[in-house]
Amino acid sequence: MLTLYIFMFFIIVAALVAVETPHALSAVVSLGAVGFGLSIVCLFIGAPDIAITLVVVEILVLIHMIRVTLKREIPTIMGPFSRLNVIATMLIFGLGVAFFYQVALELPPFGKAVMTMIENSPSIYYLKESLGQTEAASAITAVLLEFRAYDTLGEATVIFTAIIGAVMLLQRRVRRSSERKGEGNGNGA
Amino acid sequence: MGMELKPRAIPPRGPGMSLIVKEVTRLLEPAIFIFGVYITLTGHLTPGGGFPGGVILACGFILVVLAYGGARAFRRLPPEGASKYDSGGALLFLFIGALGAIFGGGFLYNFLRVYLPGEPFHLKSAGTIPLLNIAIAMKVAASLFLVVMVLTLFKPWSAEGGER
Repeated sequence: MLTLYIFMFFIIVAALVAVETPHALSAVVSLGAVGFGLSIVCLFIGAPDIAITLVVVEILVLIHMIRVTLKREIPTIMGPFSRLNVIATMLIFGLGVAFFYQVALELPPFGKAVMTMIENSPSIYYLKESLGQTEAASAITAVLLEFRAYDTLGEATVIFTAIIGAVMLLQRRVRRSSERKGEGNGNGA
Repeated sequence: MGMELKPRAIPPRGPGMSLIVKEVTRLLEPAIFIFGVYITLTGHLTPGGGFPGGVILACGFILVVLAYGGARAFRRLPPEGASKYDSGGALLFLFIGALGAIFGGGFLYNFLRVYLPGEPFHLKSAGTIPLLNIAIAMKVAASLFLVVMVLTLFKPWSAEGGER
């Protein structure tokens, strides 16, 4: 519980920094810190799937935001070949491999359902109760549209927002390019 | 499916791909459409549902666009119509959710299952779930179609002009 509070405090501080800092790049990086803190919190409260999704989304968003914020090209470090750098890189890489190997040893064997290893897991509950409670023969649909209908509503909202953004951005680009051509909104291919 | 397989006069070469692709698309188009509708409507009985069904429907339209060019697909589903289907699907979802709040315990409550009980493993079962599936299929199909249209054709279709 204490770790949860520590990470919550970290998230709040990062969010305040993101709001208050005058530099756009610092704000973007702080926003990334908020997201990663949130993913760690999700890991602690027992939602590893959401944590993984958050990490992926955060990395993508962070890269895009940094790319948008930085106007000029990101300089690549060019210098004399350094043996120390290579050794350090390989060391860190090896540490990572060892870490993941240790984790992989503790994974359940392939094909064994994790939900059967936990008592009173929600998956078992859904499988047992979905037919009786929803009449839906497909347990996946029962979870999507009955037990977790709010999630589905959120997903639909995400798609809706995405299409609105795409249409708006691309339409403006088209209009600008056709104005430059001086033919109005012509009809082409 | 009752489609004629007689040789027809070779149409003049218009936009789109070759004659073979066009003919295969013409034959496959209704089948893909029916399959998408089937996946959507039986989402509560078999694996499937609104999202996969909508994606299949959108893929059918996109296949038509790839094979024939934009005009033929737009005759079936104009972008304004797709936009209406998109918003309509979202509103239908919210509307069913609000009905659940009015007639049942809370937002998105499955009120139809109480008032209109069905039999499990039959098409008429599971209350609001098939309706929500239809709403999601409308939304997803129109959204994906619009995204692909906007990204590929890359031309204005707004009120002040565009393709007519």
